[in-house]
Amino acid sequence: MEKTQLAALAATLAPDAQVVQGKQFVEITLLPTELYTVAEKLKNHSDTALDMLVSITGMDYGSELGTVYHLRSTVHNHMIVLKTRVSDRENPEIDSLCGLWPAAEFHEREAFDLLGIRFRNHPDLRRLFLDSTWGYPLRKDYKDDINILAK
Amino acid sequence: MEEAVKAPVPEQEEYVINMGPQHPSTHGVLRLVVSLRGETVRNVEPHIGYIHRGIEKMCESITYPQIIHLTDRMDYLSAHINNEAVCLAVENALGIEVSDRVKVVRTILSELTRIQSHQLFWATFGMDLGGLTCFFYGLRDREMILDIFEETCGGRMIVSYNCPGGLMNDIHPNFQKRTKEFISYFRKTLPEYDRLLTGNVIFQERLKNIGVVNREQAIAWGLTGPVGRASGFSCDVRKHNPYSAYDRVTFKEILYDEGDSFHRYKVRMDEMWESMNIIEQLIDNIPAGSYAEKMKPVIKLPEGEYYQSVETARGELGVYIVSDGNKNPYRVKFRSPNFVHLAPLNLMSQGSKIADLVAINGSLDLIIPDIDR
Repeated sequence: MEKTQLAALAATLAPDAQVVQGKQFVEITLLPTELYTVAEKLKNHSDTALDMLVSITGMDYGSELGTVYHLRSTVHNHMIVLKTRVSDRENPEIDSLCGLWPAAEFHEREAFDLLGIRFRNHPDLRRLFLDSTWGYPLRKDYKDDINILAK
Repeated sequence: MEEAVKAPVPEQEEYVINMGPQHPSTHGVLRLVVSLRGETVRNVEPHIGYIHRGIEKMCESITYPQIIHLTDRMDYLSAHINNEAVCLAVENALGIEVSDRVKVVRTILSELTRIQSHQLFWATFGMDLGGLTCFFYGLRDREMILDIFEETCGGRMIVSYNCPGGLMNDIHPNFQKRTKEFISYFRKTLPEYDRLLTGNVIFQERLKNIGVVNREQAIAWGLTGPVGRASGFSCDVRKHNPYSAYDRVTFKEILYDEGDSFHRYKVRMDEMWESMNIIEQLIDNIPAGSYAEKMKPVIKLPEGEYYQSVETARGELGVYIVSDGNKNPYRVKFRSPNFVHLAPLNLMSQGSKIADLVAINGSLDLIIPDIDR
Protein backbone atom coordinates (compact mmCIF):
# COMPACT_ATOMS: atom_id res chain seq x y z
CA MET A 1 0.00 0.00 0.00
CA GLU A 2 1.18 3.51 -0.78
CA LYS A 3 2.04 5.79 2.10
CA THR A 4 -0.73 8.25 1.23
CA GLN A 5 -3.32 5.47 1.27
CA LEU A 6 -1.91 4.20 4.55
CA ALA A 7 -2.13 7.68 6.05
CA ALA A 8 -5.75 7.99 4.88
CA LEU A 9 -6.62 4.61 6.35
CA ALA A 10 -4.89 5.50 9.63
CA ALA A 11 -6.92 8.73 9.75
CA THR A 12 -10.17 6.78 9.53
CA LEU A 13 -9.03 4.37 12.26
CA ALA A 14 -7.94 7.19 14.54
CA PRO A 15 -10.40 10.04 13.78
CA ASP A 16 -9.42 12.20 16.79
CA ALA A 17 -5.68 11.90 16.23
CA GLN A 18 -3.35 13.96 14.12
CA VAL A 19 -2.01 11.91 11.21
CA VAL A 20 1.09 13.20 9.43
CA GLN A 21 2.81 11.62 6.49
CA GLY A 22 6.40 11.95 7.60
CA LYS A 23 9.53 11.65 5.51
CA GLN A 24 9.97 7.98 6.38
CA PHE A 25 6.78 6.72 8.02
CA VAL A 26 3.18 7.63 8.70
CA GLU A 27 3.13 9.32 12.11
CA ILE A 28 0.07 9.42 14.35
CA THR A 29 0.03 11.78 17.32
CA LEU A 30 -2.72 10.98 19.79
CA LEU A 31 -3.91 11.50 23.34
CA PRO A 32 -2.79 8.96 25.95
CA THR A 33 -6.44 8.14 26.67
CA GLU A 34 -7.05 6.79 23.17
CA LEU A 35 -3.64 5.15 22.70
CA TYR A 36 -4.72 1.63 23.56
CA THR A 37 -7.90 1.57 21.48
CA VAL A 38 -6.19 3.05 18.41
CA ALA A 39 -3.24 0.67 18.73
CA GLU A 40 -5.65 -2.25 19.01
CA LYS A 41 -7.48 -1.14 15.85
CA LEU A 42 -4.23 -0.70 13.95
CA LYS A 43 -3.08 -4.12 15.01
CA ASN A 44 -6.27 -5.95 14.10
CA HIS A 45 -7.26 -4.18 10.87
CA SER A 46 -6.28 -6.40 7.95
CA ASP A 47 -4.83 -3.55 5.86
CA THR A 48 -2.63 -2.11 8.59
CA ALA A 49 -1.90 -5.42 10.41
CA LEU A 50 0.77 -4.00 12.73
CA ASP A 51 1.74 -7.30 14.32
CA MET A 52 5.25 -6.40 15.44
CA LEU A 53 6.32 -3.82 17.99
CA VAL A 54 9.81 -2.71 16.98
CA SER A 55 10.61 -0.32 19.80
CA ILE A 56 9.26 2.06 22.41
CA THR A 57 11.19 5.26 22.98
CA GLY A 58 10.58 7.39 26.03
CA MET A 59 10.95 11.08 25.29
CA ASP A 60 11.45 14.19 27.37
CA TYR A 61 10.13 17.21 25.44
CA GLY A 62 10.90 19.71 28.18
CA SER A 63 7.50 20.57 29.61
CA GLU A 64 6.03 17.23 28.59
CA LEU A 65 7.03 13.59 28.63
CA GLY A 66 6.04 11.17 25.92
CA THR A 67 6.49 7.86 24.23
CA VAL A 68 7.13 6.95 20.60
CA TYR A 69 6.08 3.55 19.28
CA HIS A 70 7.58 2.09 16.13
CA LEU A 71 5.19 -0.54 14.80
CA ARG A 72 5.70 -2.78 11.81
CA SER A 73 3.49 -4.99 9.73
CA THR A 74 5.25 -8.21 8.79
CA VAL A 75 2.45 -8.87 6.27
CA HIS A 76 2.69 -5.61 4.30
CA ASN A 77 6.23 -4.55 5.30
CA HIS A 78 5.28 -1.02 6.32
CA MET A 79 5.82 0.91 9.51
CA ILE A 80 3.65 3.32 11.46
CA VAL A 81 4.85 5.54 14.30
CA LEU A 82 2.55 6.35 17.21
CA LYS A 83 3.32 9.27 19.48
CA THR A 84 1.72 10.37 22.67
CA ARG A 85 2.52 13.01 25.28
CA VAL A 86 1.57 13.67 28.88
CA SER A 87 2.02 17.03 30.55
CA ASP A 88 2.16 15.79 34.15
CA ARG A 89 5.87 15.42 34.90
CA GLU A 90 5.31 14.45 38.53
CA ASN A 91 3.14 11.45 37.86
CA PRO A 92 3.07 10.70 34.13
CA GLU A 93 0.80 7.80 33.24
CA ILE A 94 0.31 6.10 29.89
CA ASP A 95 -1.56 2.90 29.11
CA SER A 96 0.60 -0.17 28.75
CA LEU A 97 0.48 -2.01 25.44
CA CYS A 98 1.62 -5.34 26.92
CA GLY A 99 -1.82 -6.77 26.22
CA LEU A 100 -1.31 -6.26 22.48
CA TRP A 101 2.39 -6.99 22.07
CA PRO A 102 4.21 -8.93 24.82
CA ALA A 103 7.46 -7.31 23.59
CA ALA A 104 6.23 -4.08 25.16
CA GLU A 105 6.96 -5.42 28.63
CA PHE A 106 10.72 -4.82 28.58
CA HIS A 107 10.56 -1.68 26.47
CA GLU A 108 8.10 -0.12 28.92
CA ARG A 109 10.18 -1.14 31.89
CA GLU A 110 13.12 0.60 30.25
CA ALA A 111 11.11 3.77 29.68
CA PHE A 112 9.93 3.66 33.30
CA ASP A 113 13.46 3.13 34.53
CA LEU A 114 15.10 5.92 32.57
CA LEU A 115 12.27 8.48 32.32
CA GLY A 116 9.89 7.64 35.12
CA ILE A 117 6.85 7.15 32.90
CA ARG A 118 4.34 4.87 34.61
CA PHE A 119 2.49 2.39 32.43
CA ARG A 120 -1.01 1.54 33.54
CA ASN A 121 -1.85 -2.21 33.61
CA HIS A 122 1.76 -3.25 33.15
CA PRO A 123 2.19 -6.75 34.65
CA ASP A 124 5.55 -6.13 36.31
CA LEU A 125 6.60 -2.48 36.39
CA ARG A 126 9.94 -2.36 38.22
CA ARG A 127 13.22 -0.56 37.63
CA LEU A 128 15.22 -2.43 35.00
CA PHE A 129 18.84 -1.24 34.90
CA LEU A 130 19.12 1.03 37.93
CA ASP A 131 18.03 0.67 41.53
CA SER A 132 15.32 2.73 43.12
CA THR A 133 17.69 5.35 44.59
CA TRP A 134 18.56 6.76 41.18
CA GLY A 135 16.62 9.54 39.59
CA TYR A 136 15.44 9.29 35.99
CA PRO A 137 18.63 9.87 33.96
CA LEU A 138 17.14 10.42 30.52
CA ARG A 139 15.10 13.39 31.71
CA LYS A 140 16.55 16.67 30.58
CA ASP A 141 16.50 18.13 34.09
CA TYR A 142 18.47 15.23 35.56
CA LYS A 143 21.58 16.45 37.36
CA ASP A 144 24.58 14.20 36.94
CA ASP A 145 27.50 15.36 39.05
CA ILE A 146 30.01 12.87 37.75
CA ASN A 147 29.45 13.32 34.02
CA ILE A 148 32.56 14.98 32.66
CA LEU A 149 30.99 15.40 29.24
CA ALA A 150 28.07 17.54 30.36
CA LYS A 151 28.63 21.19 29.62
CA MET B 1 32.34 -37.46 63.88
CA GLU B 2 28.81 -36.19 63.82
CA GLU B 3 26.43 -37.57 61.31
CA ALA B 4 25.78 -35.22 58.37
CA VAL B 5 22.39 -33.58 58.54
CA LYS B 6 20.26 -34.10 55.49
CA ALA B 7 18.76 -30.86 54.27
CA PRO B 8 15.23 -31.77 53.25
CA VAL B 9 13.96 -30.14 50.05
CA PRO B 10 10.46 -31.45 49.46
CA GLU B 11 9.65 -32.05 45.85
CA GLN B 12 6.72 -29.67 45.81
CA GLU B 13 8.76 -26.84 47.21
CA GLU B 14 10.24 -24.20 44.96
CA TYR B 15 13.96 -23.80 45.13
CA VAL B 16 15.54 -20.54 44.00
CA ILE B 17 19.10 -20.37 42.72
CA ASN B 18 21.07 -17.45 41.48
CA MET B 19 22.87 -17.87 38.16
CA GLY B 20 25.36 -15.12 37.55
CA PRO B 21 26.25 -12.25 37.36
CA GLN B 22 29.62 -14.00 37.15
CA HIS B 23 28.75 -17.26 35.47
CA PRO B 24 30.61 -18.52 32.41
CA SER B 25 27.53 -19.54 30.48
CA THR B 26 25.82 -16.17 30.75
CA HIS B 27 28.59 -14.69 28.55
CA GLY B 28 28.86 -11.54 30.59
CA VAL B 29 27.33 -9.94 33.62
CA LEU B 30 23.79 -11.25 33.32
CA ARG B 31 22.10 -12.46 36.46
CA LEU B 32 19.28 -14.95 36.23
CA VAL B 33 17.18 -15.78 39.28
CA VAL B 34 15.95 -19.28 38.53
CA SER B 35 13.06 -20.90 40.42
CA LEU B 36 13.25 -24.66 40.28
CA ARG B 37 11.07 -27.55 41.30
CA GLY B 38 13.41 -30.49 41.40
CA GLU B 39 15.44 -29.93 38.26
CA THR B 40 12.63 -28.36 36.29
CA VAL B 41 12.70 -24.63 35.63
CA ARG B 42 9.51 -22.89 36.83
CA ASN B 43 10.49 -19.30 36.34
CA VAL B 44 13.49 -17.30 35.12
CA GLU B 45 13.84 -13.69 36.07
CA PRO B 46 16.66 -11.76 34.41
CA HIS B 47 18.35 -8.99 36.36
CA ILE B 48 20.32 -6.66 34.16
CA GLY B 49 22.08 -3.33 34.46
CA TYR B 50 25.47 -4.46 35.73
CA ILE B 51 27.19 -2.92 32.72
CA HIS B 52 24.73 -0.10 32.02
CA ARG B 53 26.76 2.89 30.88
CA GLY B 54 23.96 5.18 29.77
CA ILE B 55 25.09 5.32 26.16
CA GLU B 56 21.81 6.94 25.11
CA LYS B 57 22.34 9.72 27.66
CA MET B 58 25.99 10.16 26.66
CA CYS B 59 24.95 10.54 23.03
CA GLU B 60 22.94 13.63 23.94
CA SER B 61 26.08 15.54 24.87
CA ILE B 62 28.43 14.50 22.04
CA THR B 63 28.53 15.00 18.28
CA TYR B 64 27.46 12.54 15.60
CA PRO B 65 30.96 11.38 14.60
CA GLN B 66 31.64 10.72 18.28
CA ILE B 67 28.50 8.60 18.69
CA ILE B 68 29.97 6.06 16.28
CA HIS B 69 32.68 5.18 18.78
CA LEU B 70 30.08 4.48 21.44
CA THR B 71 28.10 2.13 19.21
CA ASP B 72 31.15 -0.15 18.99
CA ARG B 73 30.74 -0.78 22.68
CA MET B 74 27.16 -2.02 22.51
CA ASP B 75 27.29 -5.23 20.52
CA TYR B 76 31.05 -5.50 20.33
CA LEU B 77 30.91 -8.49 17.99
CA SER B 78 28.92 -6.51 15.41
CA ALA B 79 30.88 -3.32 15.91
CA HIS B 80 31.22 -2.52 12.24
CA ILE B 81 27.50 -3.00 11.56
CA ASN B 82 26.56 -0.81 14.52
CA ASN B 83 28.76 1.97 13.12
CA GLU B 84 27.06 1.58 9.79
CA ALA B 85 23.61 2.07 11.32
CA VAL B 86 24.49 5.50 12.73
CA CYS B 87 26.35 6.51 9.55
CA LEU B 88 23.41 5.57 7.36
CA ALA B 89 21.01 7.48 9.59
CA VAL B 90 23.17 10.60 9.44
CA GLU B 91 23.80 10.28 5.69
CA ASN B 92 20.11 9.80 4.93
CA ALA B 93 19.20 12.78 7.09
CA LEU B 94 21.68 15.01 5.25
CA GLY B 95 20.84 13.52 1.86
CA ILE B 96 24.39 12.41 1.20
CA GLU B 97 24.95 9.63 -1.29
CA VAL B 98 28.18 7.77 -0.58
CA SER B 99 30.25 6.36 -3.43
CA ASP B 100 29.85 2.81 -4.68
CA ARG B 101 33.27 1.99 -3.32
CA VAL B 102 32.14 2.83 0.21
CA LYS B 103 28.94 0.82 -0.17
CA VAL B 104 30.78 -2.27 -1.36
CA VAL B 105 33.54 -2.08 1.24
CA ARG B 106 30.97 -1.58 3.99
CA THR B 107 29.04 -4.62 2.82
CA ILE B 108 32.14 -6.83 2.67
CA LEU B 109 33.23 -5.74 6.13
CA SER B 110 29.71 -6.25 7.51
CA GLU B 111 29.68 -9.80 6.24
CA LEU B 112 33.15 -10.48 7.61
CA THR B 113 31.86 -9.15 10.92
CA ARG B 114 28.89 -11.51 10.71
CA ILE B 115 31.16 -14.48 10.04
CA GLN B 116 33.48 -13.74 12.94
CA SER B 117 30.53 -13.19 15.26
CA HIS B 118 29.02 -16.53 14.29
CA GLN B 119 32.42 -18.19 14.67
CA LEU B 120 32.62 -16.94 18.22
CA PHE B 121 29.03 -18.06 18.78
CA TRP B 122 29.97 -21.53 17.54
CA ALA B 123 33.06 -21.59 19.72
CA THR B 124 31.33 -20.57 22.94
CA PHE B 125 28.16 -22.51 22.26
CA GLY B 126 30.17 -25.70 21.97
CA MET B 127 31.94 -24.82 25.18
CA ASP B 128 28.63 -24.16 26.98
CA LEU B 129 27.54 -27.68 26.09
CA GLY B 130 30.82 -29.33 27.04
CA GLY B 131 32.76 -29.41 23.77
CA LEU B 132 35.92 -27.52 24.51
CA THR B 133 37.58 -28.28 21.15
CA CYS B 134 35.15 -25.91 19.38
CA PHE B 135 36.49 -23.02 21.35
CA PHE B 136 39.99 -23.47 19.96
CA TYR B 137 38.84 -24.11 16.40
CA GLY B 138 36.50 -21.14 16.38
CA LEU B 139 38.95 -18.68 17.82
CA ARG B 140 41.73 -19.91 15.54
CA ASP B 141 39.72 -19.12 12.41
CA ARG B 142 38.30 -15.89 13.80
CA GLU B 143 41.85 -14.63 14.20
CA MET B 144 42.21 -14.46 10.41
CA ILE B 145 39.28 -12.05 10.14
CA LEU B 146 40.53 -9.96 13.03
CA ASP B 147 43.87 -9.67 11.24
CA ILE B 148 42.09 -8.35 8.15
CA PHE B 149 40.29 -5.82 10.34
CA GLU B 150 43.50 -4.82 12.04
CA GLU B 151 45.21 -4.17 8.74
CA THR B 152 42.41 -2.14 7.19
CA CYS B 153 40.57 -0.55 10.11
CA GLY B 154 43.28 -0.31 12.73
CA GLY B 155 41.18 -2.01 15.38
CA ARG B 156 40.47 -5.67 15.85
CA MET B 157 37.10 -5.80 17.58
CA ILE B 158 36.32 -2.15 18.20
CA VAL B 159 36.89 -1.00 14.63
CA SER B 160 35.19 2.45 14.33
CA TYR B 161 35.98 2.32 10.63
CA ASN B 162 32.80 3.93 9.32
CA CYS B 163 32.30 7.63 9.63
CA PRO B 164 29.46 9.81 8.33
CA GLY B 165 30.14 10.20 4.62
CA GLY B 166 32.23 7.11 4.09
CA LEU B 167 35.17 5.40 5.71
CA MET B 168 37.96 6.64 7.96
CA ASN B 169 40.59 5.80 5.36
CA ASP B 170 40.98 3.69 2.25
CA ILE B 171 41.27 -0.08 2.38
CA HIS B 172 44.68 -1.63 2.83
CA PRO B 173 46.34 -2.91 -0.41
CA ASN B 174 46.32 -6.42 1.08
CA PHE B 175 42.60 -6.34 1.84
CA GLN B 176 41.35 -8.16 -1.24
CA LYS B 177 44.11 -10.74 -1.22
CA ARG B 178 43.71 -11.54 2.48
CA THR B 179 39.93 -11.73 2.25
CA LYS B 180 40.12 -14.14 -0.69
CA GLU B 181 42.66 -16.24 1.17
CA PHE B 182 40.34 -16.39 4.13
CA ILE B 183 37.33 -17.38 2.03
CA SER B 184 39.15 -20.21 0.28
CA TYR B 185 40.51 -21.39 3.64
CA PHE B 186 37.17 -21.15 5.43
CA ARG B 187 35.27 -22.94 2.67
CA LYS B 188 37.41 -25.96 3.51
CA THR B 189 37.27 -25.45 7.28
CA LEU B 190 33.56 -24.83 7.77
CA PRO B 191 32.59 -28.44 6.97
CA GLU B 192 34.95 -29.41 9.79
CA TYR B 193 32.73 -27.44 12.17
CA ASP B 194 29.79 -29.59 11.12
CA ARG B 195 31.76 -32.80 11.52
CA LEU B 196 32.92 -31.74 14.95
CA LEU B 197 29.69 -30.48 16.46
CA THR B 198 26.58 -30.38 14.28
CA GLY B 199 26.38 -34.11 13.65
CA ASN B 200 27.16 -35.05 17.23
CA VAL B 201 24.26 -37.06 18.65
CA ILE B 202 24.69 -35.81 22.21
CA PHE B 203 24.78 -32.23 20.96
CA GLN B 204 21.62 -32.69 18.89
CA GLU B 205 19.76 -34.45 21.70
CA ARG B 206 20.50 -31.56 24.00
CA LEU B 207 19.14 -28.97 21.57
CA LYS B 208 16.27 -30.40 19.57
CA ASN B 209 12.83 -29.37 20.86
CA ILE B 210 14.44 -27.25 23.56
CA GLY B 211 13.31 -23.66 23.96
CA VAL B 212 10.76 -23.78 21.15
CA VAL B 213 9.31 -20.50 19.89
CA ASN B 214 6.72 -20.60 17.10
CA ARG B 215 6.36 -18.01 14.37
CA GLU B 216 3.47 -16.11 15.99
CA GLN B 217 5.35 -15.82 19.27
CA ALA B 218 8.50 -14.71 17.47
CA ILE B 219 6.62 -11.85 15.79
CA ALA B 220 4.75 -10.87 18.94
CA TRP B 221 7.98 -10.73 20.96
CA GLY B 222 9.77 -8.94 18.13
CA LEU B 223 12.48 -11.60 17.75
CA THR B 224 14.68 -10.90 14.75
CA GLY B 225 17.91 -12.18 13.32
CA PRO B 226 18.83 -15.87 13.56
CA VAL B 227 16.45 -16.32 16.51
CA GLY B 228 13.47 -15.09 14.52
CA ARG B 229 14.46 -16.85 11.31
CA ALA B 230 14.80 -20.20 13.10
CA SER B 231 11.07 -19.83 13.87
CA GLY B 232 10.20 -19.17 10.24
CA PHE B 233 9.82 -15.42 10.62
CA SER B 234 11.29 -13.77 7.52
CA CYS B 235 12.85 -10.68 9.10
CA ASP B 236 16.15 -10.09 7.33
CA VAL B 237 16.60 -6.32 6.97
CA ARG B 238 19.13 -6.98 4.19
CA LYS B 239 16.29 -8.52 2.15
CA HIS B 240 13.32 -6.40 3.16
CA ASN B 241 14.89 -2.94 3.34
CA PRO B 242 18.28 -3.31 1.63
CA TYR B 243 20.97 -0.79 2.47
CA SER B 244 24.58 -0.33 1.26
CA ALA B 245 25.27 -2.87 -1.48
CA TYR B 246 22.83 -5.60 -0.44
CA ASP B 247 20.50 -4.78 -3.33
CA ARG B 248 23.13 -5.81 -5.88
CA VAL B 249 24.05 -9.22 -4.47
CA THR B 250 22.07 -12.44 -4.50
CA PHE B 251 21.85 -14.42 -1.33
CA LYS B 252 19.37 -16.67 0.40
CA GLU B 253 17.58 -15.80 3.60
CA ILE B 254 17.97 -18.83 5.85
CA LEU B 255 14.62 -19.90 7.29
CA TYR B 256 13.63 -22.87 9.42
CA ASP B 257 10.24 -23.64 10.88
CA GLU B 258 11.18 -25.61 14.00
CA GLY B 259 12.12 -22.67 16.23
CA ASP B 260 14.16 -24.73 18.68
CA SER B 261 17.70 -24.21 19.93
CA PHE B 262 19.19 -26.53 17.33
CA HIS B 263 17.73 -24.58 14.44
CA ARG B 264 18.86 -21.28 15.89
CA TYR B 265 22.31 -22.83 15.73
CA LYS B 266 21.68 -24.11 12.19
CA VAL B 267 20.63 -20.68 10.91
CA ARG B 268 23.95 -19.24 12.01
CA MET B 269 25.93 -22.07 10.45
CA ASP B 270 24.13 -21.63 7.13
CA GLU B 271 24.47 -17.86 7.29
CA MET B 272 28.24 -18.17 7.29
CA TRP B 273 28.00 -19.85 3.88
CA GLU B 274 25.72 -17.10 2.61
CA SER B 275 28.04 -14.40 3.96
CA MET B 276 30.91 -15.99 2.07
CA ASN B 277 28.79 -15.98 -1.09
CA ILE B 278 28.07 -12.28 -0.66
CA ILE B 279 31.74 -11.45 -0.13
CA GLU B 280 32.78 -13.47 -3.17
CA GLN B 281 30.33 -11.56 -5.37
CA LEU B 282 31.84 -8.24 -4.32
CA ILE B 283 35.49 -8.75 -3.50
CA ASP B 284 36.80 -8.86 -7.08
CA ASN B 285 35.04 -5.75 -8.28
CA ILE B 286 35.35 -3.09 -5.63
CA PRO B 287 34.64 0.04 -7.71
CA ALA B 288 37.14 2.86 -7.79
CA GLY B 289 36.11 6.13 -6.22
CA SER B 290 36.58 8.24 -3.16
CA TYR B 291 36.50 6.48 0.19
CA ALA B 292 34.76 9.41 1.90
CA GLU B 293 32.51 12.26 0.87
CA LYS B 294 33.45 15.75 1.90
CA MET B 295 31.55 16.58 5.07
CA LYS B 296 31.18 19.81 6.97
CA PRO B 297 33.53 20.00 9.95
CA VAL B 298 30.54 20.20 12.29
CA ILE B 299 27.71 17.91 11.33
CA LYS B 300 24.27 19.25 12.19
CA LEU B 301 21.19 17.25 11.27
CA PRO B 302 18.11 19.20 10.20
CA GLU B 303 15.34 19.26 12.77
CA GLY B 304 13.36 16.04 12.59
CA GLU B 305 13.36 12.34 13.31
CA TYR B 306 15.35 9.65 11.58
CA TYR B 307 15.08 5.91 11.90
CA GLN B 308 17.50 3.44 10.38
CA SER B 309 17.60 -0.29 10.84
CA VAL B 310 20.39 -2.67 9.90
CA GLU B 311 20.87 -6.40 10.26
CA THR B 312 23.57 -7.13 12.81
CA ALA B 313 24.80 -10.64 13.50
CA ARG B 314 22.09 -10.94 16.16
CA GLY B 315 19.12 -9.23 14.57
CA GLU B 316 17.67 -5.89 13.78
CA LEU B 317 19.43 -2.90 15.26
CA GLY B 318 17.31 0.23 14.99
CA VAL B 319 18.75 3.69 15.48
CA TYR B 320 16.20 6.40 16.18
CA ILE B 321 17.63 9.91 16.20
CA VAL B 322 15.60 12.97 17.17
CA SER B 323 17.39 16.16 16.17
CA ASP B 324 16.60 19.73 17.13
CA GLY B 325 19.06 21.14 14.60
CA ASN B 326 22.08 21.29 16.89
CA LYS B 327 25.35 19.43 16.61
CA ASN B 328 24.25 17.13 19.41
CA PRO B 329 21.19 14.94 18.96
CA TYR B 330 18.18 15.70 21.15
CA ARG B 331 17.56 12.02 21.80
CA VAL B 332 19.06 8.80 20.49
CA LYS B 333 17.42 5.45 20.97
CA PHE B 334 19.05 2.16 20.08
CA ARG B 335 16.63 -0.68 19.50
CA SER B 336 19.11 -3.42 20.25
CA PRO B 337 18.29 -7.00 19.28
CA ASN B 338 19.69 -8.60 22.43
CA PHE B 339 17.50 -6.52 24.71
CA VAL B 340 14.45 -7.80 22.85
CA HIS B 341 15.71 -11.39 22.81
CA LEU B 342 16.19 -11.48 26.56
CA ALA B 343 12.52 -10.76 27.31
CA PRO B 344 11.06 -14.14 26.23
CA LEU B 345 13.79 -16.19 27.97
CA ASN B 346 11.33 -17.06 30.72
CA LEU B 347 8.76 -18.23 28.18
CA MET B 348 11.32 -20.38 26.35
CA SER B 349 12.81 -22.07 29.38
CA GLN B 350 9.74 -22.75 31.53
CA GLY B 351 9.28 -26.48 31.96
CA SER B 352 12.73 -27.44 30.72
CA LYS B 353 15.61 -28.67 32.86
CA ILE B 354 18.23 -26.40 34.39
CA ALA B 355 20.90 -27.71 32.01
CA ASP B 356 18.67 -26.79 29.08
CA LEU B 357 18.59 -23.21 30.34
CA VAL B 358 22.30 -22.99 29.54
CA ALA B 359 21.61 -24.33 26.04
CA ILE B 360 18.73 -21.90 25.43
CA ASN B 361 20.74 -18.99 26.74
CA GLY B 362 23.63 -19.96 24.49
CA SER B 363 21.42 -20.38 21.44
CA LEU B 364 20.11 -16.81 21.86
CA ASP B 365 23.74 -15.63 21.62
CA LEU B 366 23.20 -12.70 23.98
CA ILE B 367 25.75 -9.92 24.22
CA ILE B 368 25.21 -8.27 27.59
CA PRO B 369 26.63 -4.78 26.84
CA ASP B 370 24.07 -4.59 24.05
CA ILE B 371 21.25 -5.36 26.49
CA ASP B 372 22.40 -2.78 29.02
CA ARG B 373 23.75 -0.14 26.63
